[in-house]
Amino acid sequence: MYGWIWRHLPGPTWVRVVTTVALAAVVVAVLFSWVFPALAPLMPFNQLTVGE
Amino acid sequence: MTVRKGLAVATGVLGELLITAGVVLGLFVVWQLWWTDVVAERAQVTMLAELGWAAPVPAPDDVPDDGIALPQDGEPPVVDRPGPAETFASMIVPRFGADYERTVSEGVTRSGTLDDPGIGWYPHPALPGELGNFAVAGHRVTFGKPFNLIAELEVDDPIIVRTPEVWYVYRVTEHHIVLPGEVSVVAPVPGDPDAEPTEHFVTLTSCHPMFSLRERYIVHGVMDYWAWTADGVPAELAGGA
Repeated sequence: MYGWIWRHLPGPTWVRVVTTVALAAVVVAVLFSWVFPALAPLMPFNQLTVGE
Repeated sequence: MTVRKGLAVATGVLGELLITAGVVLGLFVVWQLWWTDVVAERAQVTMLAELGWAAPVPAPDDVPDDGIALPQDGEPPVVDRPGPAETFASMIVPRFGADYERTVSEGVTRSGTLDDPGIGWYPHPALPGELGNFAVAGHRVTFGKPFNLIAELEVDDPIIVRTPEVWYVYRVTEHHIVLPGEVSVVAPVPGDPDAEPTEHFVTLTSCHPMFSLRERYIVHGVMDYWAWTADGVPAELAGGA
């Protein structure tokens, strides 16, 4: 899977490395900004209010 | 041969997916334990600045004796009812640190209030100045952890609520650990849902044990006095407590 992506990235090796780092950064940013904040309230820890 | 090759490819992809899942879980831990604090503390600085109130807590040296806001007689002014997620006060707790000040906003939903700025006000109990129970919730870990040191509070410790015009100075009376369904702790008279309030209470709720949903850590306090912010700072914040 990652090998397939690597083979399909254009350019010489150093360009592919830069592209890979950029793609990874985008994935982490999406996870940190949207995915994790949406999941956090569903996690079985960190509940702090009282109520039914 | 082709079957075996197909199997090898499938196994490889499965392995990569599992490794990816592991990395994502690791990233979630990093996000939860570290990044939420970074974001919340940054947001908190902005929110405190946006309140536009005078310098939060002057250092003891800067405050001459006449800069003390003296306790006022009579019933305290009541805070205007805030709109959804509106920030209407700040809370200062010397036990939590010399420069501890956090904003208090309407509501206790995770996405609306608690996961960004920190302290949320239970909309039904009283507002500062009203007879009854001014009840708030805050994270004990992560998301800026405003109530990280809640278990350090001792009886008689001041909990100070600040609004543009008024200081409300509460004193801790007790703490206890309850189950999450124990809503009587936010009743107008804490622990006695049917009673008619004759005092001004404050209640802090947070998680207990840390990182758990099993129980809640509760701190109760009662108002000691109120004062005008125009008169200065409460003695508790001037180093004379």
